[in-house]
Amino acid sequence: MKIANSSTTAVSLVKAALSRIEETKEWNIFTFVDKKAALERAEEIDARIKKGETVGRLAGVPYALKANFLSKHRPADASVKILTEFTSPIDSTTAEKLDKEDAICVGCVNMDAFAHGSSTENSYFGPTKNSTDKTRVAGGSSGGSAVAVALDCVQFATGSDTGGSIRQPATFNGIYGIKPTYGTISRYGVVAMASSFDVIGFLAKSASDLDLLMSITAGQDPKDQTSLPDYYGADDTKLDKKSVGYIKEFMDSPALDPEIKSALESKLSALRAKGYDIVELSMPTLEYALPTYYIIQPAEVASNLSRYDGIRYGFRTKELNAPDKTPLDLLFENTRNEGFMRENKRRIMIGNFVLSSGFYDAYFLKAAKARTLIINEFNKAFEKVDAILSPASPNPAFKLGEKVDDPVSMYLEDVMSVTANLAGIPAIAFPAGTNKAGLPLGLQIMGPRRSDKNLIKLVEELA
Amino acid sequence: MARKYEITIGIECHVQLKTKTKLFSEVDNDARGKEPNSCVSPVDYALPGMLPRLNGEAVRLAIRAGAAMNAKINPDSRFDRKHYFYPDSPKGYQITQFYHPIIGEGFVELPSGKKIRIEHAHLEGDAGKLTHFDTYSLVDLNRVDTPLLEIVSMPDISSPEEARDYCKELWRNMVYAGVTNGDLYNGNMRFDVNISLKKPEDTKLGTRAEIKNLNSFRSIERAAAYEYERQSKLLDKGEKVIQETRGWSDATGVTTGQRSKEEAQDYRYMPEPDLPPLSLTQDFIKAEYDKCPALPADYRARFTKVITEDTLEVLLDYPELVNRLAEIADGGQPVDYIANLFASVLLAEENQSLLNDNLPSANQLTELAAMKSKNELSSTSAKEVFIKLFEPKHCDKTPLELAKELNLVQENDSGALEAIVDAVLAKPETAKAQADYKAGQEKVLGFLVGQVMKESHGKANPSAVSEILKKKLK
Repeated sequence: MKIANSSTTAVSLVKAALSRIEETKEWNIFTFVDKKAALERAEEIDARIKKGETVGRLAGVPYALKANFLSKHRPADASVKILTEFTSPIDSTTAEKLDKEDAICVGCVNMDAFAHGSSTENSYFGPTKNSTDKTRVAGGSSGGSAVAVALDCVQFATGSDTGGSIRQPATFNGIYGIKPTYGTISRYGVVAMASSFDVIGFLAKSASDLDLLMSITAGQDPKDQTSLPDYYGADDTKLDKKSVGYIKEFMDSPALDPEIKSALESKLSALRAKGYDIVELSMPTLEYALPTYYIIQPAEVASNLSRYDGIRYGFRTKELNAPDKTPLDLLFENTRNEGFMRENKRRIMIGNFVLSSGFYDAYFLKAAKARTLIINEFNKAFEKVDAILSPASPNPAFKLGEKVDDPVSMYLEDVMSVTANLAGIPAIAFPAGTNKAGLPLGLQIMGPRRSDKNLIKLVEELA
Repeated sequence: MARKYEITIGIECHVQLKTKTKLFSEVDNDARGKEPNSCVSPVDYALPGMLPRLNGEAVRLAIRAGAAMNAKINPDSRFDRKHYFYPDSPKGYQITQFYHPIIGEGFVELPSGKKIRIEHAHLEGDAGKLTHFDTYSLVDLNRVDTPLLEIVSMPDISSPEEARDYCKELWRNMVYAGVTNGDLYNGNMRFDVNISLKKPEDTKLGTRAEIKNLNSFRSIERAAAYEYERQSKLLDKGEKVIQETRGWSDATGVTTGQRSKEEAQDYRYMPEPDLPPLSLTQDFIKAEYDKCPALPADYRARFTKVITEDTLEVLLDYPELVNRLAEIADGGQPVDYIANLFASVLLAEENQSLLNDNLPSANQLTELAAMKSKNELSSTSAKEVFIKLFEPKHCDKTPLELAKELNLVQENDSGALEAIVDAVLAKPETAKAQADYKAGQEKVLGFLVGQVMKESHGKANPSAVSEILKKKLK
């Protein structure tokens, strides 16, 4: 992922990216293309190369920012109306680090509004289409990121993963995606979804690209006090048991697509052939993973979305007159009513319900306890195995519109991916062939906390 | 005073901590005299993707405040979000410590010796300020996330006077501990007073009303006294007190209902996921605890035999004065005269503005007291020198230098005094007085002393002059 020794230039890479973006317009991938700034940056980098100056490890590499990353002078709308009039005055830590390595941002890519969704259909800008089949969803919420990489608009894209938002679209589009250990990459400057689950990660076309991006962006950030002390590449958790597990409850799930199941089985056989012990794990508490996630996550969502009130930035309603209501109440109500998408509002309602007086103990607190049980169950599993191989989602890309009116079936898309977010452990999605219809299939591998780099090595072994 | 009902009062106090930067960001915490919205970081402004960064200095000051309340410091505390929509709250929630506060149980001892127990105290961010106009309101976020320590007392207070005394002692303790500027006028400490009444024979407490946002000791006492009258009238009539928050107006002297419990907001408290739990080692806690300087109670114990109780209580409102007395006492010098100068001269209405000038050093004050006791300065001159020492242009001078400059050094040299006395006695206009004195009219001596003082331009020591005159007129 570097400019091959002067056989190409940053400008030609950026031009290629821009023309590819133009060619793939009907997939509705980009919400903002930063053509002028990208070309200027490319010229500047080429000039430095020509002068023999040292350049960064990503010199000239075009990439896309998921629309929830703040970067100076660019929109950071998270694909939602309430942020459409907002331009960021600051850089997210990730954008800053990529910039320092001379990567070139060519634009921002579509997502489910505020990352609420698993299909990128819930975007103010309309859905992004699947890279292989335009009648199908891109997956989500990092759907724009996944399709931009799969269709070669960019060499990598940033993503955020709260319940599977990097991994599921990666598998739907046949590419790689990493959800690092919670706290590995700073969350500073990324529009928050649910803070205790949110991680920053990447989507790319190889495991080694993910490794390079991790080595550049991982590390403690004083601006994010939940970020972990530096460990990536130096103090990683070793994976030396030569043992990989699979989760019985997932394998037996009637929701699991048979072709994904057989892809999983064949990967397990391949590992066995390489000398790995394959261990069946029974993890009964994972039955509660999805409900646990859909209590804590909306609570944090409702809280994190409180700041969007039309007072200081972003969209503000014009409807300030109504009988029996103060203009201030109308400012809040109408700004939020007009500015949020339906799914945003649904999560705000659920979240405020589980936090409300009288329900906190019954819902939020109980879910917090269930989360601890799930963490313990993973800890126990990792005493036996190095890593756990599992589906990232129970099915390949589904049809556009198929689940939009059925929120619960949409939430069920996350049933196998949320486990890693609940436990804060790393998980990497990788391609596992195609199904009979030609759709990409993918799997994920999960490891103990801080095993990210060794997990990437394991993925390379699996490829 | 005998009251028909027993009063139960508990007080919540918000103390603004004097950190350099805000509780969760690196911008200036001191917005006095600054443009609205000029001390606001992207974090305070609640841009998307911004995360709070806990200010370690606020944690240190909180521990020191805990020491000033004899309180237990919790090694593990956490932050929570308290949600409400208002333009003064950019995040839509306040970061506070609802479930696991940093400071546990403690107490504040009043000058009367009564101990008011502290239930807990927690760290939280302040809100912004709104200014309302006819058809619009303006938002100033400079105060957003100024660190506050909210100190919650137990309902141990049993009269409006005691409520005032508690607030005053708490204020003093916080100022002496150095955790706040304590500027009440600018809201550095704000008090919410919860008050309920019950008949002496009742075991259960009555329904309470909360008077919000009081910021002077006088208004605390007045508001509590008013609330006693209001609630006792209701109870006399057999009516119920409603649980509500009430506002106090200094101008009208009444409290008015603002919000009843039924309308109270559901704050939907939630653990703050952007801040890890705050874990403090015992060593860290001890180091900060030990940094708590002497408090009013310590000074009462120390000065009880040298300074009268009334004087000391007046001086205790001025920590810099008490600290200066302590410094003088540390040097083994007497403090009684200086304490009286502070109380009767410096704190006299007409001289209070001097408090904003240079407080004379311990050395200057010690020398001044010595000159006074050696009669090198009359008490009037000593006061004059004392006042002048506050002027910045005099701050490097010794009292002797200043007294000489002002021509105030008292003439004690008997040779020199005799010469002046002789000169006065030689004047024809004193002849009658001399004769009268010799004839036994002793009260004319005062006139003669006055003449000598005039001749000496006030520098003669009057008692020495009087002795010389008596000798010469024998």
